[in-house]
Amino acid sequence: MKLDNRFTSYHLDILKEIGNIGAGNAATALSKLLQRKIDMKVPSVRVVDFDEVMDIVGGAERMIVSVFLRVEGDAPGNMFFIMSPTQASRFVRYMTGDETFDFTRPPYSELALSSIQELGNILSGSYLSSMSDFTSLSLYPSVPSIAIDMVGAILSYGLLELSQVNDYAIVIDTTFVDEVDQGEEMKGHFFLLPDPPSFDTIFTSLGVPTDET
Amino acid sequence: MKRDHVVKVGIADLNIVQDPGIIRTSGLGSCVGVVIYDLRAKLGGMAHVMLPDSRLAKGDQIKLAKYADTAIPIMMDLLREEGGKSFKAKLAGGAQMFQFSSNDMMRIGPRNLEAVKKQLKDYGIPVVAEDCGGSNGRTIEFNPSNGTLQIRTVNKGVREI
Repeated sequence: MKLDNRFTSYHLDILKEIGNIGAGNAATALSKLLQRKIDMKVPSVRVVDFDEVMDIVGGAERMIVSVFLRVEGDAPGNMFFIMSPTQASRFVRYMTGDETFDFTRPPYSELALSSIQELGNILSGSYLSSMSDFTSLSLYPSVPSIAIDMVGAILSYGLLELSQVNDYAIVIDTTFVDEVDQGEEMKGHFFLLPDPPSFDTIFTSLGVPTDET
Repeated sequence: MKRDHVVKVGIADLNIVQDPGIIRTSGLGSCVGVVIYDLRAKLGGMAHVMLPDSRLAKGDQIKLAKYADTAIPIMMDLLREEGGKSFKAKLAGGAQMFQFSSNDMMRIGPRNLEAVKKQLKDYGIPVVAEDCGGSNGRTIEFNPSNGTLQIRTVNKGVREI
């Protein structure tokens, strides 16, 4: 695989640092918004095939609540903010005060959907602005779009761009855990999936050479 | 070819199965699940097609099961090798998961479907049933012994075509 040969563990560490800075800021924003502690895990950068991308968040068939947006600017890519229905429902209940809201019981109110969308907006904005500060690249989010469905149906969408070039994806994955979830399996994820040409842009911006052989 | 159990088809992948096995793929969104089967031979193939056209490929390595125009010929070869002669097709997927319009990729579901149908037409294979479009994901399971395709969704339950 071309990318694998060109990028060393050093490159992957740099991507990890981007995940660290970006998601760290996003977690802080989330924490402020919800006025409670959100723990962030050490990010991972994985080079995985498409089925494995689905497995990171529990397999292609699992139901999730997700906010998707395009990263536009110098280093385009896709970004997902992924939550379990339980977790997303709790966020909505907190933000809207509607204690009966539940993502496992459609239809969903406009207010619930737009509050999750706004959550995605704030988090992606803080992720990208810190990534932008770090790399000096101009990056901005598209209008976020929300989907509540199977992992495979949602994430495959974010793979379309890179699937024209590769049969695998480089996923910058950061998980966060809501403090009330400690001990449970409920985790949220930030996925950043740069388009293949964006990797060179990111590394060049940081003065890191990539071997073109 | 595996018999006697569930054959799983991953994203951008394909496989075939013979009775008493069944074949399934999970989480179709804009991707299209293509089932081609021969009921007399109790034989069926399934592809999880991600993109319409292999000419879209920008890399040098391409997984042929990813594209409508390459997946279907491969599946037809496999099915004929196993003795399939008279084929029919069923389709599911091709949804639009997100609602925005700026990007050409947004229409990928309908484009996948169009490309699949063109291939099937070239092979003279009739599409006898389909559950396509909309904005929901689908998990599908095909049984080659009776030709039923079961479609599961998150909010609309299970149906068979």
